[in-house]
Amino acid sequence: MARLNPGSLAIAQEIISRYPVARSALIPLLHLAQEQDGHVTEEAMAHIAELVGVTPAEVMGTCSFYEMLKREPVGEYMVNICNGISCHLLGSSELIHHAEATLGVRPGGTTDDGKITLEAVECIAACTEAPCLQVNYRYRNRVSTADFDQLVDDLRAGTAGVAPHGKLAKVRQHIGDERRAGVAVPDGQAQPAWLARNPTDAESGS
Amino acid sequence: MSEPETVVNITVNGRPVQAAPGEWVIAAAERAGVYIPHFCYHPRMKSVGMCRMCIVDIDTGRGPALQPSCMVAVSEGMVVDTASEQTRKAQDGVLEFLLLNHPLDCPVCDKGGECPLQDQTMAYGPGESRFVEEKRHYEKPIPVNSLVYLDRERCILCDRCTRFADEVAGDPLITFQDRGDQTQVNTFPDLPFSSYFSGNTVQICPVGALTAVPYRFKARPWDLAEVESTYPNPMGDRVVVQASRDQVLRYQGVDSDAVNWGWLTDKDRFAFEAAASDLRLAAPLVRGTPLGQPDHSGRELVEATWGQALGRAADAIQSAVADKGPQSVAVLGGARLTNEDQYAWARLAKGVIGTDHVDAQLDDGLPADAVLGLPRATVNRACSPGGTVILLAPDPKEEQGTLYLRLRHAVANDGVQLIELTPRATGLSRLASFRLHHRPGEAAAVAAALVGGDTEAAADGDIGGVPAAAVAAAAAAIADRADQPVTVVLGRPSLAESADFTVAAADELARFANLLSAGGRPGIAFLPVLHRGNVMGALDMGLAPGLLPGRISLADGGPVLAEAWGSVPTASGAGARGILQAAAEGRVEVLILLGADPLGDFPDQKLAAEALDGAGTIVASDLFLNPSALRAHVVFPAAGFAERQGTHTNLEGRITSQRQVVTPPGTARADWAIAAGLAGRLGADFGFGAAEDVWDEISRVAPSHRGLVLEAIDAADDGVVATDSSISFAPPRPATPVPPVDAYSLRLVAARRMYDRGTLVQHAPSLAGLASPAVLALNPYDFDRVGVEPGADVRVISSAGEMDTPVVADPGVPRGTAAFGYNHPDRDARDLVDPEAVVTDLRVQTR
Repeated sequence: MARLNPGSLAIAQEIISRYPVARSALIPLLHLAQEQDGHVTEEAMAHIAELVGVTPAEVMGTCSFYEMLKREPVGEYMVNICNGISCHLLGSSELIHHAEATLGVRPGGTTDDGKITLEAVECIAACTEAPCLQVNYRYRNRVSTADFDQLVDDLRAGTAGVAPHGKLAKVRQHIGDERRAGVAVPDGQAQPAWLARNPTDAESGS
Repeated sequence: MSEPETVVNITVNGRPVQAAPGEWVIAAAERAGVYIPHFCYHPRMKSVGMCRMCIVDIDTGRGPALQPSCMVAVSEGMVVDTASEQTRKAQDGVLEFLLLNHPLDCPVCDKGGECPLQDQTMAYGPGESRFVEEKRHYEKPIPVNSLVYLDRERCILCDRCTRFADEVAGDPLITFQDRGDQTQVNTFPDLPFSSYFSGNTVQICPVGALTAVPYRFKARPWDLAEVESTYPNPMGDRVVVQASRDQVLRYQGVDSDAVNWGWLTDKDRFAFEAAASDLRLAAPLVRGTPLGQPDHSGRELVEATWGQALGRAADAIQSAVADKGPQSVAVLGGARLTNEDQYAWARLAKGVIGTDHVDAQLDDGLPADAVLGLPRATVNRACSPGGTVILLAPDPKEEQGTLYLRLRHAVANDGVQLIELTPRATGLSRLASFRLHHRPGEAAAVAAALVGGDTEAAADGDIGGVPAAAVAAAAAAIADRADQPVTVVLGRPSLAESADFTVAAADELARFANLLSAGGRPGIAFLPVLHRGNVMGALDMGLAPGLLPGRISLADGGPVLAEAWGSVPTASGAGARGILQAAAEGRVEVLILLGADPLGDFPDQKLAAEALDGAGTIVASDLFLNPSALRAHVVFPAAGFAERQGTHTNLEGRITSQRQVVTPPGTARADWAIAAGLAGRLGADFGFGAAEDVWDEISRVAPSHRGLVLEAIDAADDGVVATDSSISFAPPRPATPVPPVDAYSLRLVAARRMYDRGTLVQHAPSLAGLASPAVLALNPYDFDRVGVEPGADVRVISSAGEMDTPVVADPGVPRGTAAFGYNHPDRDARDLVDPEAVVTDLRVQTR
């Protein structure tokens, strides 16, 4: 638990190879590091800095900007209860109080068993489904206190069907050679690769 | 085809103003005398529009609207109102926001009294705060490095320091961290802002968030006496020297368009501490008995009067001249003095005593004819957009900090193509268009291929260790840009190889003159970079064998100077090495050391030690009792920077003024006065009453400086560049051959780093700890061949000596080469460099 392990490093190299400029891979690599350790360690940041050719301070600057990149250990499941205005009007504050009482932690805290970290967050863009929450960034809509208790039981039992924190499918994305951006110098006459893949109506129709 | 538009007409506060296309409104307004308050905008960095303080009413035909004047370029017909009610209200509001989290601890803040936030709040801000909530709190100052403290509570997040670190210095080790109201500037944990330029962030911080450790709580701005001056480094950085209670407390960079753009290196910025050292010499010393009685053979140095000391030195010189002739007197050093000091010593040595054994460089620079005889460039020429710079010099980041910043800016922003012709990577390598890292000693072959285009002839596709294809590509790139200036930055890339190789490479590049100057093109010019502050002044003032003041040789200038001086030496003398050899053989009766420390500073330490043993009488003029001065028979305490008036000559030949702001310690005197005092005792009256009198004589006597009066130098914004030279470049021919390197050895590159064993660094408490013992650096692929592990302690053996050192991997070192630091404390390349050989090869063994 520190720098990227050999498995992560292989994925990291693959991710870096997708980009014309290595430092563009910074955010995917931070996700990768978070997947490995559950949070982004300082050692991982320093390793990523080496891999993409920036300073660790620059990695820290980027990493600390994004709330979803955790720099401290968090529980296996992040439960983010929305406290935006729609959710608030439809009872999210009560839901948060209920969650605090149930879990025994304040927002930002992690339960003693290390399973659940509670967070109160700003609008997560599901106002029609208020009050809503996310479990490891998967939505749960129109959540009542009973729904919440059920969710907690499922999470603790491991039956909620939610992957542990840090597992983001995008890191595993495979980009085929034909879809790579390519770093060839643009030629005025050449057709761009994306146009070749997606011929316009005018071209395909005629 | 119409002429491109060169002027944009705008209106600022009702007055017509002419601006340049693309110029920011804030800059155009400021030039027109209308100051727009701002915090984040800095004319030497990219605009970011972070602070919103510079918002003003701008009308581009759609009605006035508030826009940040640092982010809006002028356009024809634009109307700017910096005094409208709307603007005033906006400024008031922005300041109220900026002050939300600002602690208002002005009474205990170093910035109080010179703080833009304080000043602008008084001028444009709300009189009272409406904010009653809790401000954010952080741990009070945290060190971002050993020189700079950061108080995050005071920070207004203007992005100046972080932009400087990234854009200007290229060391992005401080960044914005966290977001929203939690945003703070910080380093990575346990990774300090280890930049050579960190002090500049203190200078540009518009609040008291960044403070310099050496200045914290030392003075209030209104108590400071200040003068504009020139820092005595080769670049001649323009500075403001600030003092209080007769002690220099701070240097601030001055934005000189031609020179340093307001930047300074930390080494220079904080070297003022050394001037206040308790170890400064404050009274003349002579050999004496333990009871303090002067005694020529005494074992100790005892304080004496100026009369005694001058008399002792003059007697020694007189008897030496009488017994063994003037050639038995020699002068070493003087490269750190002012032009006036140098002239006075040159006149004393060459005009009064009659010896030409005078050398300001200690065998670690370049011959005077390579500096004065080649077409000379200015820094602005080197940095002119679209040009080409060939770096045939040591790493400017280590040795010429502000030149590095200028070059870095030019390469990163102005499309200057950089061609590195160096034996290893430098601080500019990441930005270089071509990195021709040759085998040590073989720069000339690469240079010849660059000029001659004869790159296909190389049998194994390799010229001096550089792939022929890379040389060919660089040659083509130079040819492509031949209509733009080509500038060679010329210095000694390595002190482990003979200067002849650098001179030979310069000789090859000088052949470009014919190719590149055709058809009115700007052609090629050279920017010499040498070690020691005013070494260019020393060459101009004749402190070199065979030279006289005014860039003229002894042969050509003899009649001119003889008229003014009475006489000049008849024969050319020896350089530093020759002088020390003569001293070691007992042929030097009087050795005069002008701020020179051969024991600590001469490449061949064995020879230096023998020379000091063999010299008859040693006379030293210095700031500190350095190891060589400790061996002297007479020591004069000299006045240093900011303690005397004078002028300085930088690497361009630019002459600018230095001014006195504090008194020298004790009875220390300016060197010109010491030289004049000695001359008086030797029967010659120089008639100098002040430094201005010396310059007056220089401007009458020295051919290249004739008519260059002080008033003209001071009236010009950036001083005056002296361009005349009657020296011609005469490289040794045939060139010295480079011996082949055997398969078991690595060829040594030895170069200085910024923090070294130098006198000022070691006497400045804040800087002394930054100098570290040297470590050996090899290419990562050479470890297997040599049979050692990275990080291991190894034994290094050369023909001159052996040493134990850690070895590290450095991809910037080419294969087959080993890099080691020069003039480092404890472990130093000098113990390995073979002074007799033209290159030094190393064997590396496990211990």
